[in-house]
Amino acid sequence: MSLSDLFTEIIIDHYQHPHNHGLIPSPTHSSRGYNESCGDDIQVSLIVEDNVVKDAKFSGAGCSISQASASIMTDLVKGKSLDEIKELSQKFYEMVKGENGEPGEEMGDAVVLQGVAKFPVRVKCATLAWHTLEEAIKK
Amino acid sequence: MIRNNIKSDFPIFSYWESRGKPLIYLDSAATTQKPLRVISTLEEYYSQFNANVHRGTYELSQIATDIYEEARSKAAHFINAPQPESIIFTRNATESLNLIAYAWGLNSLKEGDEVILSEMEHHSNLVPWHIIARHTGAVLKFIRMNGDYLLDLESLKKNLTRKTKAVSVVHVSNVLGTINPVKEITALAHEAGAISIVDGAQSAPHIPVDVQDIGCDFYAFSGHKMCGPTGIGALYGRYDILEKMEPFLGGGEMINEVFPTTSNYAKPPYTFAAGTPNISGAIGLKAAIDYLEEIGLKDIEEYEMSLGDYAAHRLAEVEGIHIFRPHTTGTGVISFTIDNVHPHDISTILDSEGIAIRAGHHCAQPLMRKLQVQSTARASFYLYNDKSDVEALASALEKSVSIFSPRRINVVK
Repeated sequence: MSLSDLFTEIIIDHYQHPHNHGLIPSPTHSSRGYNESCGDDIQVSLIVEDNVVKDAKFSGAGCSISQASASIMTDLVKGKSLDEIKELSQKFYEMVKGENGEPGEEMGDAVVLQGVAKFPVRVKCATLAWHTLEEAIKK
Repeated sequence: MIRNNIKSDFPIFSYWESRGKPLIYLDSAATTQKPLRVISTLEEYYSQFNANVHRGTYELSQIATDIYEEARSKAAHFINAPQPESIIFTRNATESLNLIAYAWGLNSLKEGDEVILSEMEHHSNLVPWHIIARHTGAVLKFIRMNGDYLLDLESLKKNLTRKTKAVSVVHVSNVLGTINPVKEITALAHEAGAISIVDGAQSAPHIPVDVQDIGCDFYAFSGHKMCGPTGIGALYGRYDILEKMEPFLGGGEMINEVFPTTSNYAKPPYTFAAGTPNISGAIGLKAAIDYLEEIGLKDIEEYEMSLGDYAAHRLAEVEGIHIFRPHTTGTGVISFTIDNVHPHDISTILDSEGIAIRAGHHCAQPLMRKLQVQSTARASFYLYNDKSDVEALASALEKSVSIFSPRRINVVK
């Protein structure tokens, strides 16, 4: 395991300058996710119209992996249908656990989180935002 | 004096060294490594003396019982308890504290009674009291912590009333390394008519403890944090209080006579000994105490404090570091944060250098809120660590800072 597989330039850039950071004032969907073991805390809020995500934001605090993952995820889900998002989140979980080979193009920037598979203790950090998103769209 | 070659007593270090991945273990506040002597004692017990205790009518069972009871005497002597019968074996300090909360608290506390804890408690001295307070209507109050991470005894004095029934505080903080003045706290509690409970999970391994000098009514500690096996801990209780307490768990061993609908109980400590105990654990704990006593707790304390002070000074040189440790009484526990580098990221970077530290809330979420942090990184030293471990830690922290240094490209943005 090499640190440069995990702390890539793109991850550190998203961590230091997160995209879509903040709260949507009147979201149609929102949820809070908390990682008990390390205290990472995330709030995901969405505007969903006709089953499509029009806007997505996140707030909260946590480690570089959880914050970069949320930043990349909120970029990625905008314009996608809820069904597409459910499929994407499953593919994301497989990727960060190192299952099912190389990730496809649909993962977009999220491919930079592939290195997490070599650091099993950090999988929970990478998936927190996605689990929180799934909770939000279930509501 | 701590021997220079003390690391060689602990086989885990040579194991990782031989695999080309030397272990720099700085998480002894979570659990300590085990000396070969403790490991061999477990093997010896199972290969030579294994039998159930207190019930066999044959020689082997008598031998097992004798060595188990020797372990109780050893534990009593270790903290200068007045008699072996005042030592109850448990799984760990957490179970010891739960035993007090349930077997004493549930039966002694009434609505409006008060229990005083402190702002630096581990969850194991908080959550049991939350449960008991919910059942009894008792009220929890807190001794405040000041800016130098010390308990403010004035706030204890203000909180003590005629309704105060117990004061339960941590002896040494698992986050801050603060050594609390438990003798003074006990005197104040007794003056107000309350009992005094001390959570010794982080003191028994590191400093000499004398429960008669402290004067406390209960003292809880864990074996695995002091070179002993996991799954064995102890509770010291003042014998006249133990005699008045209800059992914690029911079953074999803790009874005197049993009838279809009622039963009466054995005398302490056996009132609190339902079921086959952790015999090998108790024997392993005895071996651990023998090991620590041969080195000397006073020497361990001095060694760790000086290593802790050295580490605090060396780490203070790391850019952006904030250390949460008192100026005067810290042990070998150093909690810290570094600007712009999350504790979990620090831990991963250190892990890649073979350095094991803890990152998170350390089972002390209320204290984290008080410190206004979500989590901290924590390096905790023990007798097998030395200055070279501090150097390795400091240079790995410097590497963490450089990995997360602000990128020039972003300044332009």
